[in-house]
Amino acid sequence: MDKINSVEKLDKVIEDCSAAFSKKIRVGERTKDGKIAILVCGDTTCVANGSVDIQSELEKALKEYHLEDKVTVNHVGCFGLCSQGPFIKIFPDDTIYRTVKVGDVKRIIEEDIIGGKPVEDLLFVDPETGKKIQKQEDVNFYKKQKRIALHGCAVINPDYLEEALGYDGFKALKKVLTTMTPQQVIDEILASGLRGRGGASFPTGRKWQFAANVQSDQKYIVCNGDEGDPGAFMDRSILEGNPFNVIEGMMIGGYAFGASEGYFYVRAEYPVAVRRLKRAAEDLEKLGLLGDNILGTGFSFRVHVREGAGAFVCGEETALLASIEGKRGMPRPRPPFPAIKGLWGKPTCVNNVETLATVPYIIRIGAKEFAKIGTEGSKGTKVFALGGKVNNVGLVEVPMGTTLRTLIYDIGGGIPKGKKFKAIQTGGPSGGCLTEKDIDTPIDYDTLVAKGSMMGSGGAIVMDEDNCMVDVAHFYMDFICDESCGKCTDCRIGTKRLMEMLTKVTKGTATEQTLEDLKELSEIIKNGSLCALGQTAANPILSTMVNFPEEYEAHVKEHKCPAHVCKDLMKYVIDPNKCKKCSMCARNCPASCISGVPGKEPYVIDQSKCVKCGSCMASCRFGAISKE
Amino acid sequence: MTIKEEAKKEVIAICASHKDEPSPLMVILEEIQKKLGYIPLEVQEVVSKEMGIPVAEIYGVVTFYNFFSLTPKGKYVVGVCLGTACYVKNSQQIIDKFAQSLGIEIGGTTEDGLFTVDAVRCIGACALAPSVSINGRVYAKVTPTEVDKIIADLRKKEETANG
Amino acid sequence: MEKVNIKIEGRIYSVDKDLTVLEAARRCGYNIPSLCSWNHGKCSLASCRVCLVEIRTARGGKLFASCVYPVADIPAEKGFEVFISSPMATKARKASVELLLSNHSKDCQTCVKNGHCELLHVAQVTGAEANKYEGELTPTTYDDLAPGIVRDTSKCILCGRCIERCKEAQGIGILGFEKRGFQTIVAPVMNKSFAKVPCLQCGQCINVCPTGALSEHREIDKVDAAMKAGKKVIVQTAPAVRAAIAEEFGKKVGEENGTGRMVAALHRLGFYRVFDTNFSADLTIMEEAQELINRITKGGVLPQITSCSPGWINYMEFFYSDLIPNVSTCKSPHEMFGAILKSYYAKKHGLDPKDIYVVSVMPCTAKKYEEARPQNAVDGLRDVDAVITTRELALMIKRAGIMWNSLPEEEFDNDLVGEYTGAGAIFGVTGGVMEAALRTAYHTLNGKEYEAIDFKEVRGLQGVKEAEVDMGAAGKVKVAVTSGMANAKKLLDEIREGKSEYAFIEIMCCPGGCINGGGQPFVKPSLMENEDPDILETYRQKRADVLYTIDERKTIRQSHNNPDIQVLYKDYLGEPCSELSEHLLHTSYVKDRE
Repeated sequence: MDKINSVEKLDKVIEDCSAAFSKKIRVGERTKDGKIAILVCGDTTCVANGSVDIQSELEKALKEYHLEDKVTVNHVGCFGLCSQGPFIKIFPDDTIYRTVKVGDVKRIIEEDIIGGKPVEDLLFVDPETGKKIQKQEDVNFYKKQKRIALHGCAVINPDYLEEALGYDGFKALKKVLTTMTPQQVIDEILASGLRGRGGASFPTGRKWQFAANVQSDQKYIVCNGDEGDPGAFMDRSILEGNPFNVIEGMMIGGYAFGASEGYFYVRAEYPVAVRRLKRAAEDLEKLGLLGDNILGTGFSFRVHVREGAGAFVCGEETALLASIEGKRGMPRPRPPFPAIKGLWGKPTCVNNVETLATVPYIIRIGAKEFAKIGTEGSKGTKVFALGGKVNNVGLVEVPMGTTLRTLIYDIGGGIPKGKKFKAIQTGGPSGGCLTEKDIDTPIDYDTLVAKGSMMGSGGAIVMDEDNCMVDVAHFYMDFICDESCGKCTDCRIGTKRLMEMLTKVTKGTATEQTLEDLKELSEIIKNGSLCALGQTAANPILSTMVNFPEEYEAHVKEHKCPAHVCKDLMKYVIDPNKCKKCSMCARNCPASCISGVPGKEPYVIDQSKCVKCGSCMASCRFGAISKE
Repeated sequence: MTIKEEAKKEVIAICASHKDEPSPLMVILEEIQKKLGYIPLEVQEVVSKEMGIPVAEIYGVVTFYNFFSLTPKGKYVVGVCLGTACYVKNSQQIIDKFAQSLGIEIGGTTEDGLFTVDAVRCIGACALAPSVSINGRVYAKVTPTEVDKIIADLRKKEETANG
Repeated sequence: MEKVNIKIEGRIYSVDKDLTVLEAARRCGYNIPSLCSWNHGKCSLASCRVCLVEIRTARGGKLFASCVYPVADIPAEKGFEVFISSPMATKARKASVELLLSNHSKDCQTCVKNGHCELLHVAQVTGAEANKYEGELTPTTYDDLAPGIVRDTSKCILCGRCIERCKEAQGIGILGFEKRGFQTIVAPVMNKSFAKVPCLQCGQCINVCPTGALSEHREIDKVDAAMKAGKKVIVQTAPAVRAAIAEEFGKKVGEENGTGRMVAALHRLGFYRVFDTNFSADLTIMEEAQELINRITKGGVLPQITSCSPGWINYMEFFYSDLIPNVSTCKSPHEMFGAILKSYYAKKHGLDPKDIYVVSVMPCTAKKYEEARPQNAVDGLRDVDAVITTRELALMIKRAGIMWNSLPEEEFDNDLVGEYTGAGAIFGVTGGVMEAALRTAYHTLNGKEYEAIDFKEVRGLQGVKEAEVDMGAAGKVKVAVTSGMANAKKLLDEIREGKSEYAFIEIMCCPGGCINGGGQPFVKPSLMENEDPDILETYRQKRADVLYTIDERKTIRQSHNNPDIQVLYKDYLGEPCSELSEHLLHTSYVKDRE
């Protein structure tokens, strides 16, 4: 492609690319020329499940069948329903296949591509009717979703700028550069009601306004892609699925408040996202869509990609900036806020990946339309990484105000193995949990906070009756202790002390006073810590203590873990009546603490030696071993 | 342990290639970590000299971030995901089992230098929980009983490669 | 300065707009406890959480670290109110201290900072309970391998003051944060000993440490042992010591020239002779001025750089040893004194030099390193046997039950040696050596005294001072004076690049010179309630003034006019830089020290 150095040229390119791309993903009858497009999920999860091999196998097979001129194969971003990956989608039939394996490739080509009939056993099945589902939009999981931040994910090839340009890419930037003043852009974002998607939920327009009001020779916009919440991968999928969209959002922000340099800070654990982002930036620079005097409008913008190095606290904006500056990722007190004094002392806005990915959409459809989506205080959609004990694990984008019931049951397909729903943890280590009683609450920023949790960046982990909530709190505390930067007293020492108290609870050595102390210290740390990591560190404790006081009491008073998770308060036992004396458990026991006589005497666990690894229970085929 | 002259030259070259960037320390350290597999003090001293940053400051940065390592890692770095989604699906058991089977502590490296077991915080493959990432390859839905097999397979691969 | 109205505890005050809440509160009469903040908030990580206050708006109250919160952001007109004593703030401050204590060694009784501990102070004022929280302790390190500084991380609260101080004053950054979370420590790289890193031993870090985590390496035991062994223990005191020692006994900074009482105390402590290092400061000037004249007149390496600050010598050997030819070979004054005591003095009195034990009271911790340098010995005999700091001397005085305020003022001993001039006295402040050397060099070159006596251009506490002085016969020469290695670096780089215009440079390691040495009494505003509020800005000048006053009051103000010095040269050394002088009074340096 030639350099795109004028608005007219961009118009032309967008027109050409759109025509080509809409032809590619057209839905309908196959045409005479027989052009078929196969999309293969190229998101990390599906890659881990072999999608790269599937893609190369497809390419190989197409050659064998001399179909390479008729059929294109491309990788695309996340389809969302990761637990059923890898996915393949075929146009123009609009067929979606799930759990595809390399071995299925030949059948797909022979039966579908050549035969024109879908491969039945790779189709989705409606859990209620048992009917096969061919189209993605008919799958329950997708019905209540709305993709805004995930625009282009699972549609375009994230390595092809042409596809991005053919799928709404850079229309918003053009609109902004040619028809709007910077202040108008800020006003538009303000009017849209967009709030930061990274956790703090601060109105994006206001943040930009602060930075716009400061006079400075240099300003920066930084994209926070240091998605550290364990169990959350929204930002990764957005960056992997459509990096161009995020860059476009960043450029619009830069234009709005006067930044000419943008920094991406992405977790080092996300190599694919980093690679695609770097490539996208390079391609844009080659075409002149990044650099000096973009489209001849006088707007200049450059993008830099920096990688994190494994520190959760760097998701905190001041720590993130310190990290870019080559320092330990230790947060600093605010004020001064980065919008006034940020990267290298210059006004800086730090925006989350999902926030920036939403910006082009708002500009394209207008603030008014956008504000129609969502609730009074929370506009638009939110991407959740739905995980844990739920049938459909994956990436979900729903309008704000969707209820937990919709999220967990309609979209998530309910709890596996008929187990009972216990809680959903939102907001990761900074959040809290919501229970059965909150199941019909419409979720937005404010309702979650009112319920003692928070939106966070969008991690949503479902727990069932087998999860011990004290253990869950302990898990998060362990995480926080590990990830505390060590700078401020309350977080460095306070979280350690909380952890020690919780450990006592899980070991059954705590007293009721311990629970009082836990609560008191939790409040202290919440109020006294320097940064959001410390201020929210105790949330998992406070929230589980409020919602599951009986579990804490059982640990303390009865020295029992009702869910049989806390090792010191549970044991594995073999029911002699169910034991078939097969010796399987004894052979699998790493501690050699199970004895019995094969075929003669039922097996017994020596509790004094048991390490409670659960190997016996996993290996017993007769269900004779249980936890109590 | 002394690093080879070549490695030293490489480090100097890495520093030189980033000299014009603003505060490039993280970028430099990341590149060194990827290239050498670790960042020993000797290397930090080279960076200190090249970039004019006190070595205590560099050491502070190296020991702050999990991604940087002062000692060489094993040939296979077993990263067991302890993200929430994996944790609620018993990944603690998986990591304990790896450590136990290899006879090392979590974070440690086997004497033959073959394996390191690390706890990692969410590799974003929550649908595959509990997941384990070994040198970039993700093992999905790992069970404790599979752990020994994974180790054995890798050992076997090594033995075949060595003759 | 523009003003802003802030509301504290319900009252409105007009304060300077650039202040932090903590500073503003102090001006309004509220002393908010604080720990990590130092130097009026110029160094503050806001990490200790001991200075939390509640800032309230209509939407409710939140806690903020007052040490960094700008008052400009919370004008009373916009509804902001500061509460220091609200239940939330009081509880939070107490809890922060309690958490610190839960990870802190509790041997307060025997702690070297007993009486100077800021943590103990905030524990008292916040009402913290020592054992409110208990649990695991961060692994600790006790490092006393280095001659000057002892590090005990069991007492470190991670305030970061020392890190900042080392970087800001000396520009080297020996200390840093290491590891993360509960494992975080402050340490030299890789938690090495101070003895294994290029630490200058200057002790500036000790002076800012709020707790006992950093302290001087004490040598009182050595002195005790020498006394017990019946040695003739001769003590000498550096000029800067007298400018500050009275502070240890409750005097305000600069209030008392402690010379007379200090001498009286030393006599009562049983020292065989009590001499003034100023005597050998004069001797140093004789040697150093001659060395300078030799360089100027014989085309030697210029500029000449002074050598009496061991912290500077350490810095030079570590980082600038290519400049060894520029550095004066003169030993520092107390080492010269030691060498003279064990040669000339011993000989004159018929004493066995081995029976003489020389103790130097110094404002400095690096002198403890200097004392042990192999080069600072003559014929196998150490020039100086023990170095104690001003603080250690105060401790010895207290230990002996000597009441400072009851002491008379006594004179230094004068026994062959000991007379001193005003020139020697000003050694203790930055620019002093330069001025003293110029007075003598002028005389040597011109055969007459410099009329104005004072070379005031080189006085003052700025980082780098330069002057062009008229040396009469030798014409005008450019000189420079600097203190703090961060300041010195620029001058040294100029020399290295061959661009230096100076003939003579005085370098002192500690900013402001020896009056601000690492062994001097602590200046901790939070523990000095009767001290002026701006004491951190003024204490160095106040101590310097004590020395300049001594100089002015002296009738003899030029080293070459010191009668004892004149006799010493006539009877023993011959002339400055003679062969014997070189043997006894000059030293050598190490290239590329590791």
